Amino acid sequence: MSEQSTLTYARVNEDVIRMLDKPTVKWLALFIPTLGFVGFGLFCFIHQVYTGLGVAGYRHPVFWGVYITDFVFWVGIAHSGTLISAILFLFRANFRMSIYRIAEGMTVFAVLTAGLFPIIHLGRPWNFYWLFPYPNQRELWVNFKSPLLWDVFAVSTYLTVSSLFFFVGLIPDIAAVRDRVTEAPRKFVYSVLSLGWKGSNWEWLHYTRAYLFFAAFATPLVLSVHSVVSWDFAMSNLPGWHTTIFAPYFVAGAIFSGLGMVITLTVPIRKIFHLEEYITLDNYDGMAKLIILTSLIVGYAYGVEFFLAWYSGSPYEWGQFYYRATGEYAIFYWIMVVCNVVIPIPLWFKAVRRNIKVLFIISIFINIGMWFERFNIIVISLSQGFDPAAWGIYMPSWVEIGITVGSFAWFFMFFLIFIKTLPAVSIAEMKEILPVPNKGIKGDHAG
Amino acid sequence: MKDNQGVLGIFSYVDVTVETVKKLKRAGFQKLRVFSPVPNHEIEDVMDEPESIVRFFTLFGAMLGAACGVGFTVLTSSDWPISVSAKPIVSLPPFIVIIFELTILMGALSTLLGLLINSRLRRNAPSSMYDPRFSEDKFGVMVTCDKESINEVENILSSQGAEEIKFDEV
Repeated sequence: MSEQSTLTYARVNEDVIRMLDKPTVKWLALFIPTLGFVGFGLFCFIHQVYTGLGVAGYRHPVFWGVYITDFVFWVGIAHSGTLISAILFLFRANFRMSIYRIAEGMTVFAVLTAGLFPIIHLGRPWNFYWLFPYPNQRELWVNFKSPLLWDVFAVSTYLTVSSLFFFVGLIPDIAAVRDRVTEAPRKFVYSVLSLGWKGSNWEWLHYTRAYLFFAAFATPLVLSVHSVVSWDFAMSNLPGWHTTIFAPYFVAGAIFSGLGMVITLTVPIRKIFHLEEYITLDNYDGMAKLIILTSLIVGYAYGVEFFLAWYSGSPYEWGQFYYRATGEYAIFYWIMVVCNVVIPIPLWFKAVRRNIKVLFIISIFINIGMWFERFNIIVISLSQGFDPAAWGIYMPSWVEIGITVGSFAWFFMFFLIFIKTLPAVSIAEMKEILPVPNKGIKGDHAG
Repeated sequence: MKDNQGVLGIFSYVDVTVETVKKLKRAGFQKLRVFSPVPNHEIEDVMDEPESIVRFFTLFGAMLGAACGVGFTVLTSSDWPISVSAKPIVSLPPFIVIIFELTILMGALSTLLGLLINSRLRRNAPSSMYDPRFSEDKFGVMVTCDKESINEVENILSSQGAEEIKFDEV
């Protein structure tokens, strides 16, 4: 980490806690329009609840549309947060240190966003709690054999565990903020949140072990969650959905899209808060390499889907895939292929991986491509099933688009609040990769 | 009037802190606490605390979660047997997902509980013996000793170059 040689322990505290100063005009200029879009999304949802699901573009035979696309998209975005915070932690990849807090925050807010969509998608959203297993008046239990119920367990476990992981990682940093702020109300809030952390060897002993176990739990969890989401589709007998490659295909896609979103979010933050010494080009280089890997897996999956459809000898399966690439939705299919497979190719070159502007542009294309991937899987498969008499075309209505835009605003709203209230770069973990302050005395501990 | 006295020395360097702990231990002081802004292996080695028992909380929570997952799915399915898609009433493959998620959920929750109980966040050192700079760039060695030993501790701390020494009853 040669680029961080000028950093000291004290400077890390100063730089990171400075981000929590009073909101600037720039921040407000972002936050207020964001609130406006959240308001518009809320208006669309209220309109839908009041009028009925008919205002969404659902037409026979497509009854899973943009809302489910958004759900899968946001669950996917949530994935790389845990990848960066947990999996790279277990691998001791130091390039995660400066970005993992932002990625973890992103995970929590993305799951919060994703969790809304199954409810928005319900005809009677006020009955959403029927999904939870509780002893109801008819003594009926939920159907544990249904992938939709697995989803309830997987996503709610993921939200709980990733929130815990996020909060536990924050405890020493919140204590650092507590020790620095002077205004009484802020001091009180940070004191409560820091749980009385003092940084004693006793606390670190248990803390580091607990953190390791959280990482060890989060790693299989993150792989399971998107696998379960993929089984929402793969468990049903529909051409385009019923395939065994869905779990790894979805997990790779989720990590791919999540990394894209991490880059999209960190590039402006790095610039606005002058974090160039923290989020270095090496960090981006590492993320870009992971993007190459996951882009290759995703591209391979696109190819294998076609091969298996042809090799299966099933006319329905092959018809579905032929339709994807050449039918009414072909434009969306090719947007997906170009954004996810072709546009990341320049990342093979080091100069591109270390060019922040190009990386930022590529990351936005990845976000777009991955949204369309989910749209294609869900909508195109449904629109041409087994029976040609039951084929149909679906296009989202303005209400669905409004709620989708509102969901992006909802996500960014949490994110903007987060960077002004909690340390967005991990103070304690940044210090771990700085040189240890030693006086160089010759004690008997030397060597 | 309490019998024990806390003496705190504040340092800027890890190696000096480690050396101070060694000297104090050699002088027979065992009730030591070290404060640091980051976890550090040298400090952990010299303090030589027993292995954290958080791992047992994790293990127990995970096993309890798995048991709950099995019990929950099997018992509720048997409570009102409805044949769905011609699958057996108790069909383990789909239940494994629920069992897995509950294992992770309860394992993580009990790890948190283990952390909160064992690290004794509020009680592991008195607030008067804490310096806000410990979350920034300073290291602290706190010794709990009887009143007769205060001078000896103070001498060791100052001979090691402690930048500041604080006293308080604990």
